[in-house]
Amino acid sequence: MARSIDIDRRRKAVYGWLLLLPAGVLLSLFAFYPTVATFWSSLFSRGTRRRPSEFVGAENYAALFNDPTFWTVVQNNLLYTAVTIPLSIVIALVMALWANSRIPARSFVRTAYFTPTVLPMIAAANLWLFFYTPGLGVLDQIGRVFGFAPVNWLGQPDTALWAIIIVTVWKEAGFFMIFYLAALQTIPEDLREAADIEGASRWTYTRRIVLPLLMPTTLFVMVNAMINSVKLIDHLFILTKGGPSDASKLILYYIWEMAFAFFDAPRAAAMTMLVLLVLCVVAAIQFFLIDRRTHYQ
Amino acid sequence: MTAAPFVVLEDVAKRWNGQLGVENIRLEIEEGSFVALLGPSGCGKSTTLRLLAGLEAADEGRILIDGRDVTAAPASERNLSMVFQSYALFPHLNVAENVVFGLKVRRVPRAEREEKLARALAITGLQGYEARKPGELSGGQRQRVALARAIVAGKRLCLMDEPLSNLDAKLRNSVRKDIKRLQRNLGITVVYVTHDQTEAMSMADKVVLMRDGHIQQVGTPEELYNRPRNTFVAEFVGAPPMALIRSSALGGFAPGQMLGIRAEKVRIAPAGQGRLACTVSESEFLGAETLVGLDHPEATGLSVVRPGLALMPPGEEVSITFDDRDLHVFDADGRRLEAR
Repeated sequence: MARSIDIDRRRKAVYGWLLLLPAGVLLSLFAFYPTVATFWSSLFSRGTRRRPSEFVGAENYAALFNDPTFWTVVQNNLLYTAVTIPLSIVIALVMALWANSRIPARSFVRTAYFTPTVLPMIAAANLWLFFYTPGLGVLDQIGRVFGFAPVNWLGQPDTALWAIIIVTVWKEAGFFMIFYLAALQTIPEDLREAADIEGASRWTYTRRIVLPLLMPTTLFVMVNAMINSVKLIDHLFILTKGGPSDASKLILYYIWEMAFAFFDAPRAAAMTMLVLLVLCVVAAIQFFLIDRRTHYQ
Repeated sequence: MTAAPFVVLEDVAKRWNGQLGVENIRLEIEEGSFVALLGPSGCGKSTTLRLLAGLEAADEGRILIDGRDVTAAPASERNLSMVFQSYALFPHLNVAENVVFGLKVRRVPRAEREEKLARALAITGLQGYEARKPGELSGGQRQRVALARAIVAGKRLCLMDEPLSNLDAKLRNSVRKDIKRLQRNLGITVVYVTHDQTEAMSMADKVVLMRDGHIQQVGTPEELYNRPRNTFVAEFVGAPPMALIRSSALGGFAPGQMLGIRAEKVRIAPAGQGRLACTVSESEFLGAETLVGLDHPEATGLSVVRPGLALMPPGEEVSITFDDRDLHVFDADGRRLEAR
């Protein structure tokens, strides 16, 4: 009797492991192993023909911390993240609330908002290049009507990063709007009616009922926006290439430069490890702190 | 009553893109009464309630609550509360927060809020559940939260839109009594929408029977049962509903008339001596009595009630009789004729 129970339990365990296997294999192959390999290679020096690479421990990390460009890039990325995430979330939410209400040409509005998302980032960047071009660009042409002098939006350190930020927000807000729209449609209409009868204004209803019910979506969107603020750099290649004088350079672009323009793979690996570390910490904070205060239906 | 009615609907109509919602709704509701809007689905009873609540705007007519014309007033200014069919509880708020939501919105001071909350929870028997979220409650408990939210502010008019339809049959019976007791103890006016005639007949002081957007009859449950104004009311109210017999099958009535008879007024006569010869179609044992369904080519819904267990085999020939004073006479258009 006991033996058959034992066999049964073992069979269930085997069954469970088999179910985990495909995901396990894929994750190991494409996520865990590359992470470990990256970490390992960040501990070696850059190999040249005359001096083969050797184990240097944390030297690559130390070099990074002494690299002023690295700190500029970190600062840029922090500003970029701090502005794009809240801005694109707020715009997405406002657009969703509007596109969800009873307005004429509702599906047209939704499609219009979503279009930037469908556009490849490279195409979007080219479009914005046309907006930003000094003298000829749409922005300057409009500015000229009001008597403003042409501005080289992408060419001066003060405005380059902000120009990049605007492109990102434009691109992402429509994408996040779709998630908010879907979430809004799961909120039953009679909640609004009940709030109406209780005397809640439109604003009170939105603040006390809709926003809390959208929290799971906000959390999801926030995690996505954060990941994108690190990983989305396609437009840099078209618009500024990180310039002028590193003013719009983001961390992933710098990693790419380090690895494929300066051919310093170990230093790039070290930077990658730092990025991974920060992302892990932030994701953990988001999930453990905000998740606890979120209502899931 | 000499005082003006508490709620008045004057020739109210509502249409959607030319399609009829409700029309000619004329209704007076006294303060403290329990009014049921009854009818099959799609008859306009919920629309009438939503017009009253201010969730829909009337195309025609006037609505007065407590002597004030509220036809154009938003829901929040009509000074009423509502219980929804789905309960419409806020899923992220706990029981206490759900109940006091309206008080908070209307900036009632905290002390008063706490006091009213405690009273509402006591009345609905929800003490101890303050911190639970709606998702952690049973259907019956959620229903009570919706009730507590409706009574907490002490509004004199409470609208209920099929509040029992999501409960199982057993619970429905006890909640029905709870609601009725609540209404009587608080002295509030309740307008109650239902498609279940047992609910309407057992709870309401006044039943409003509707069909296709029009009111068919307004009256006490007893009036609707004993003096149906037309054949629709006759066939809708009562279990079993009233049987209708074409006048050609019986002597002494004008042609084209319809004659209604309640099952409890039908008697079985010795073979060949009754007024109608029928065939048994089915028998239903109900405990104290047996309901025998009968077929007759000139009649619909004929049945007879027999005491105790008295099943009859289908196909058996039965002769029935009844008194003329128990017959309800309807004209060719289905309208009741008073003269017998």
